[in-house]
Parts: sequence; C-alpha cells; structure tokens
Amino acid sequence: MPTSPKLDAATLAANLAETCPPLGPQAARREAERCLYCFDAPCIRACPTAIDIPAFIRKIADDNPTGAARTILSANILGASCARVCPTAELCEGACVVRGEPAGPVPIGRLQRFATDAVAAASPRALLPPSAPPTGRRVAVVGGGPAGLGCAAELARLGHSVVVYEKRPRAGGLNTHGVAYYKMRPEVSLAEVALVASLGVQFRYGEELGRTITLPHLELEYAAVFLGLGLSGGRRLGIPGENLPGVVDALEFLEQIRLRPPAEVPVGHVVAVIGGGNTAIDAARHAHRLGARRVICVCRRGPRELAAYPDEVAHARAEGVEFVFHARPAACEPDASGHVAALRLDPHAPPAAVNDEGYVLEVDMVIRAIGQPPAGLAGNQWLPGLEFTPRGDIARDPLTGATNRPGVFAGGDCANGGREVVHAVAEGRRAARAIHTRLTGEIPPELIQASGRGTLSADGPASKTPPHAPLTGGHHG
Amino acid sequence: MADLAINLAGIRSPNPFWVASGPPSNTAYQAHRAFEAGWGGLVWKTIGDPIVNVSSRYGAWHAGGARLQGFTNIELISDRAVDTNFRELTEVKRRWPDRAVIASLMVDTRARWHEFVRRAADAGADGIELNFGCPHGMCERGMGSAVGQEPAVAERIVGWVMEAATIPVIVKLTPNITDITVAARAARAGGADAISLINTISSIVHVDLDALGPLPAVAGAGTPGGYSGPAVRPVALKMVQSCAADPAVGLPISGMGGVAQWRDAAEFLALGATSVQVCTAIMHHGFRIITDLLEGLNDYLDAHGLASVGELTGRALPAVRKWEHLDLRERRVARIDYARCIGCNLCHIACEDGAHQSIDLVPPGDRGPGPGRPPGKPIPQVREADCVGCNLCSLVCPVADCITMTTRPADGPPLTWAGYQADLAAGRIEPLPPHS
Ligand SMILES: Cc1cc2nc3c(=O)[nH]c(=O)nc-3n(C[C@H](O)[C@H](O)[C@H](O)COP(=O)(O)OP(=O)(O)OC[C@H]3O[C@@H](n4cnc5c(N)ncnc54)[C@H](O)[C@@H]3O)c2cc1C
Ligand SMILES: Cc1cc2nc3c(=O)[nH]c(=O)nc-3n(C[C@H](O)[C@H](O)[C@H](O)COP(=O)(O)O)c2cc1C
Ligand code: SF4
Repeated sequence: MPTSPKLDAATLAANLAETCPPLGPQAARREAERCLYCFDAPCIRACPTAIDIPAFIRKIADDNPTGAARTILSANILGASCARVCPTAELCEGACVVRGEPAGPVPIGRLQRFATDAVAAASPRALLPPSAPPTGRRVAVVGGGPAGLGCAAELARLGHSVVVYEKRPRAGGLNTHGVAYYKMRPEVSLAEVALVASLGVQFRYGEELGRTITLPHLELEYAAVFLGLGLSGGRRLGIPGENLPGVVDALEFLEQIRLRPPAEVPVGHVVAVIGGGNTAIDAARHAHRLGARRVICVCRRGPRELAAYPDEVAHARAEGVEFVFHARPAACEPDASGHVAALRLDPHAPPAAVNDEGYVLEVDMVIRAIGQPPAGLAGNQWLPGLEFTPRGDIARDPLTGATNRPGVFAGGDCANGGREVVHAVAEGRRAARAIHTRLTGEIPPELIQASGRGTLSADGPASKTPPHAPLTGGHHG
Repeated sequence: MADLAINLAGIRSPNPFWVASGPPSNTAYQAHRAFEAGWGGLVWKTIGDPIVNVSSRYGAWHAGGARLQGFTNIELISDRAVDTNFRELTEVKRRWPDRAVIASLMVDTRARWHEFVRRAADAGADGIELNFGCPHGMCERGMGSAVGQEPAVAERIVGWVMEAATIPVIVKLTPNITDITVAARAARAGGADAISLINTISSIVHVDLDALGPLPAVAGAGTPGGYSGPAVRPVALKMVQSCAADPAVGLPISGMGGVAQWRDAAEFLALGATSVQVCTAIMHHGFRIITDLLEGLNDYLDAHGLASVGELTGRALPAVRKWEHLDLRERRVARIDYARCIGCNLCHIACEDGAHQSIDLVPPGDRGPGPGRPPGKPIPQVREADCVGCNLCSLVCPVADCITMTTRPADGPPLTWAGYQADLAAGRIEPLPPHS
C-alpha cells in the first residue's frame, strides 16, 4: 500500500469497537423476562446445536447466570463465540414467537453472551459435570476450528482421549483468524480453545495433514479420526493484474488486524471489494472502519440475489459501503509505480450502476472475496481412498459425519461446503457421538441439560424431531 | 361527568380517593401536594406518643420487571411531636376546606384516648381513624394489631373513644386475624361510625441468602413487617366483601390494600367500599397517580350509565355467593383463535402437566402460519369433550384474546350443590358420576 489512510487512535478504536456491546445485568434480566418460556420452543429447533434456550434464559431471569452458562456450554462448547458471531436473525431469533412485537425477538444471542461472559472470568470448566471415566480409546481430530473443537470437547466429555492436530500455531480456526473483529475478539476464541484443553484434550500445533501427517498413519495410531479442515484460502479471480501489489485476498486482509496494531493494517483510500457474500461484506466493513474513504462492493449478481445476509448488507449500506451490481471484473491495472490503480469491469456485462466512473473504477486497493474453495485435498496422496464430492468437499453422511473410510469422520466447512460456526460445532459434536457409538457400541448419554422438551402427540410420547435444518450448501464467499 | 363526591358516615370528600395513613400523609407539606394533585381526602400519619424508628425500614418483592408488587415496612407511627402534627393538620384543613382530613390516632389509656380525640376535633379534623392494625412495633406495647386482634379489647377502646368523639370515628382493622368480620362486629358494638381495611399483613418479604437473615435488615437482624401493595389486593378485596356482606357489621367501609390503578379502586367500590385509600402506590409513583384514578373511574361510571360513584358501591355483592350456590351444570370450554396464536404452546404444557390433558399438539393442517408460527410446527388443539373449563390455558396464554372461554349448552337446567343435596336427600335424583 503506497499510502495508508491514517485515522487518529480514538476514531480507530471507536470504529473497531464491538458493534454489539454486552448487556448489563439489569438489561439482561429485563430482556430475559420477555421470554415466554415456550414449550417445544421454535428457537431450540432453529439452533443447530439445540441449546435449551428458554431454559437458559429463564435462569438469567432468575438471577442465575452461572446455571444459564452451564445449560449453554453443555450443548455448545463454543457458546461464547456463537453468542457473538451467529447470524441469530436467521437462526434462533428468527424463530422467536415474539419477534412480531415492536420490541422484536428476545435478543437470544446477547443473552447468551451475557451468560457466558458471566463465567468467563472463573473457569467455565468447573461448570461442566466431570467427564465420563476414561474409555482407553484414542481419537485424532484434525483441524482445531469450530468443527474440531466441537468434536474434541464432546469426545473428551465421553471419556475418550483426544489429540487435536492443527497446522497453525493457534487453534480456533476462522473464529481466531477470520471472523469480523468488530463482532468478536480473537481472545474469546482462544479462551474457548483453553476450555477444550481443560477437558483433557491435547493440542499439537504445526501438524498438517497431507504434509507432516498422513491419514493412514492416523488410522493406525487412533481408534477413529475426525477431519475438521475447513476451506482453503480465497478463490482467485483469474484476471490480468491479480498479482499486483494492492490486490489482496479477503481472508488475508481480515487476518491482518490480528497480526499487527490496527493503525498499521494496510488499507487503501478507495477500495473495491469483489464478491457479494458475507466475507465480502465483512471485508468491506473492515476497510471502511480502518479509514478507507470509499468502499465499493462489486457484485456479479443483483441486489436480491446476494449471498450475504440481508441484515449484513443493510448494515454495510448504512455505514456507507457502495454497491455495484451485475458487474464482472476484467482486469486490475497498475499505476506508474506498478501498484494497483484501477479495476476495469467487463463492458459486455453492463452493470446496473457504475456511477460516473464508467467501466473503470479508480481504486488503490482490490480485495478478493469470491468464495473459498474446498481445502484442495482431493487426490492428495496422504489421504488415499477418501471420497470427495464433485465440488471437492469431503463426502460424508450428514447425520453422523461418517466418510467412506471406516472410522474416519468429517464435519464443518470441509464437508458442508462452508456454512456457519454453529453448524461446524454441531457437526463436530454429532460426529463425536457417532464415534462414541462406533467405539463402545453404546448410544452416548445425553450430556445436554434439557428442561424436558420433546413433542407429545395425541398418539404417544416423545417423537423428537431433529433440531437442525437439513444440511445444504454454503453461503460464504 | 359522573358525580364522584362521597359521604362516608358524615365525612364528605369531592372524590372517593384518600391518601392512606402512612409516609405520604406525614406532613402538611405532603398533604398540600396531595390535595393540589387532586386527592379527595387524607388520613394523617398515625399520631400518638412519638416513637423512634429504625434505619432501613422497607423491603419489596418485585414481580419480574414490575417493581414493588409487594412491599414490607417495619416503620412505626409518626415520629413527629404530637403538637406539630395537630398544628399542621389544622393548617391543612384551613387551606383545603372541601377535602376530608382525618386524624389517625393510636394511644393507650382511656384518658389519653379522650385527650387525643378532643385534640383531633379541635384541630379541625373531619373524622378520626383508630389505628388498631399496625402489625409490628406497636402491638408489643399493647397497641395496634394487639388491639385489633382482641375483639373485646377493641370494643372497649372504641367505647372510650365514642365517649369523647364529636366527629365521625372510623376503626381501621388488621387483616392479621382469622375472621375479619369478628373484628368489624366488635367495632360496631363499640359504637364506631365506619370501618377501614386492610392495614398491612404480617410478613417476611425476603431472606437475604448471603447474610441469612430477613429483609429489611437492621444491623444484621430483622423483624417481620407489614405487607402492602398490589400483592395483597385479593386478600383485601375478600375482607372488604366479607364485612360489606355481613348484616351484623352494617357500617360504611373505607377500603384499601394494593390500589394502584382505577380498576383496583373500582373493584373495592363494587364490593362495598365507599372510599378507597392508597399508600404504597403513592410511595412508588407519587401523588400524580390521582389523575389516572379520577379519569379512569369517571369514564367507567359514564360508560356504564352510573350517575354517581355511590351507585357503584356494593354493586357486585349480590353475585358473590357461597360455592354451594353456583350452577354445577354450566359448561365452559377453551377456544383457540389460530389467527392470533403465536405457537408458544404454553397452553399445551399447562393443561398437560397442570390441568386435564385436554390440549393436543397436532400438525397445523390448513390453519395457516398465524402471526409467525413456524411452518409445520405442531400447534395446540383443545379436545372440547375433555376440557373441564378451568380457565388455566386462557390465563397462561400471553396473547390477548387468543384463548377465550366459551359457554357450551348446559347438560340440563341449573343445579346447585345445595339443590343437588336436597334432591338427593329427597330421592329425586341419582348421584352424579365421578369424573373419569
Ligand atoms: C471472513 C469470514 C467471516 C465469517 N463470519 C462468520 C460469522 O460471522 N458467523 C458465523 O457463524 N460464521 C462465519 N464464518 C464461517 C465460519 O467461520 C466457518 O463456518 C467455521 O469457522 C467453520 O469451522 P471449521 O472448523 O469447519 O473450519 P475452520 O474454522 O476453517 O477451521 C479449520 C481448522 O483446521 C485447520 N486445518 C486446515 N487444514 C488442515 C490440515 N491439513 N491439517 C491440520 N489442520 C488443518 C485450520 O488451520 C483451522 O484451524 C465466516 C467465515 C469467513 C471466511
Ligand atoms: C411504610 C408504611 C407505613 C404505614 N404506616 C401506617 C400508619 O402509621 N398508620 C396506619 O394506620 N397505617 C399505616 N400503613 C398502612 C397503610 O395505611 C395501608 O393500610 C396499607 O399500606 C395498605 O394499603 P396500600 O397497599 O395502598 O399501601 C403504613 C403502610 C406503609 C407501607
Ligand atoms: S380450560 Fe383447563 S381443561 Fe380446558 S383446555 Fe384449558 S387448561 Fe385444559
């Protein structure tokens, strides 16, 4: 970046402050009291990890945030990060029966944060009941992201001994490295990693499947293997000028803020973000917050077909992010110094609005956010025999996570094509329970504290419907 | 505009709302503010030999976000000098001749009662209220509820008061007694002109679970206090009704206990009160609540074609009957309006676990999504044949008018328990089968 716009420290700090500040105790209780404590509550069904939401909210109303945190963490070990990053309007809050009231739905995400914050200072480990006695079985988890952590925690609680292999020096996956900084600080994610470690899970850092370790080796050494590898880095544009200085990948850009002081994160004055998914919106909002004068989201599709959540798009617009729709980038063009200076759009795909600039946007930074391809392990010689989908995701049974190789399971972004943190945790946890059954022949005991849901029908008791929507394609990109 | 003026045993006030004896009626300053706001009368904070209060005096029970739904105090009667109280009462009455100013009194000996009754009349009070009700502090000294709980003692003291009284005398009753009418009859026997009720209910509002002692706490200890506020209202309403319906009492009533809104007041009036007193709600919100009380009551009277507040007094009494005179053949059933149902299923679980297992969760069928029910999620459906019409579901339903109780054709002509017993005894009827 030739010139990086400088904001004064106070403005920068304000820009990067959490967009959703915590609720104080009184506000939390007041909001909690709005919860009707529904029976067979729709919010529970809308939560992929099926947290007993009415039960934990009632505990907040009852001035028992510790109990609330226990309910949350026993269903979802990443309850603290989910409270901050889950698209709640699309999940639990979108199903809340009082969402039609002027005050809107019960703010479930913020209440979840209130409860998990309340125990963050103490050891959340002490909240959870002791793990089952050791089974003597060893399980390898590859990838220390939300899927791997969800799987490792449940396995450890069921008494298995678990080793997590993580290629990076820190675990947490995108929660630690990618999720918008104004939604969540990486420390929250690292505290969750510590919580999983406190359950007895071992972490081996710098170990990469396909490079330092192989699947056959893991299969030999462990009774079962779980793959939670996530996706790879961002997809490339495949246009001239893509390698110019000033053209960066969204994930790399988003990671910068964790690697250096915010004032030193390189950002342009006028930034084009290519893509219309949630990652593009995150990158655009970050660029804006870091001081870019103009941020233009260049989207291939129209405003109604954007992959990003409507809420997120609305926030970005409100903050001043501009949008160009139906546009196709053709080339990144340099200035005399060789740094990117313009983004040229394809005139054969006439965008709905390119302002006065025509098909050349004068920008000094281009951020690529057109999706993350699968981890690129299909055909890797160190994962012999593992089946992939035509897209390149690891093929697995969506209910159990079982792959075609006996004893090898997969979940999270590497298998579902890229969804949310909460789906990754849920899939990891479900795979852990399937692994338990495989290793012991037993259905694992329910570790979730439930307040007695289950649907009684006229003709008999308890037909439990699966708490999650069917697993379908992704929307990050 | 309905006529809101009342006359309670000769005490007149332009409306039925009186400030009850308590902290809001402690000083002339407060009385002026009350009357400026529009209160019709005020019962002075109980005057007696000055006492010393403790610091830390109140505790409260908050119902969720609604604060002070129950309120406990361990305060005693006025801690101000007797002379000051009577002097200020005179000032107030002089400035507000059309309002009712009533002196609440509590002393011990016959001579002292005579003295205080005379001083109240000399001060210009329109009436006297005898505080036989305070449940803490004073009873240990043989006053307050110690008197109210001993009908014979109460009757004798009322007698002493009447010997000296030249203005109407109201006896304020304590609810801390098994049958309130026994105390009311004693007041009548002693010659009282009216009764007022209820004073506060003996209570412990909370236990501090860290200190393991009651609240409010005074230097690490506490004492049972007097309970007031909305939580006590149903108890107070019943006691007012009992006194109003008892021909052996036959005295006008000033009702109180938990009045905060005009409806509360109207309910006391409908059960036989002539005036209504308020203490806790004023302590919570100030004297300004009088505008809502006045407007609400007036509009209600207008809407129901009642020309004066007196026409409301006692109007609901005939419909309060003994259980044995209720119709056993009335059949009510719950009906759910699916255009309003939000799908919380609280009715289902309430009936399932707490009533008669008459609400099933069934596939929604063609009932549509209502105001945001998730598609396909089971919805509640009443099995009318099994519904006993208990009301529980309609009470737990959070949506207005979503569950209504409707009347089904009765199984036969009206039949009361009393009638049933008589018919059974006469062999005119077979025993009703027990519920399955
Ligand atoms: C920019 C961005 C913003 C997002 N924002 C949100 C949001 O706000 N809310 C939300 O719910 N979701 C969000 N998501 C999606 C969410 O982050 C993912 O769905 C979630 O992290 C998936 O978890 P995972 O464990 O499957 O994968 P990851 O989080 O990617 O974790 C995979 C882990 O495996 C490790 N790994 C990879 N390959 C190997 C290997 N070969 N050997 C060893 N270790 C390996 C990686 O280092 C990493 O730690 C966002 C995604 C992005 C890209
Ligand atoms: C703090 C407090 C002090 C009171 N002091 C007296 C008193 O001195 N004399 C009296 O007759 N009643 C006293 N009362 C009782 C009230 O007059 C009234 O009977 C009772 O509070 C119920 O009415 P409410 O629910 O409107 O408060 C007091 C009540 C409270 C809350
Ligand atoms: S009225 Fe009572 S018995 Fe009838 S459906 Fe409602 S809760 Fe059940």
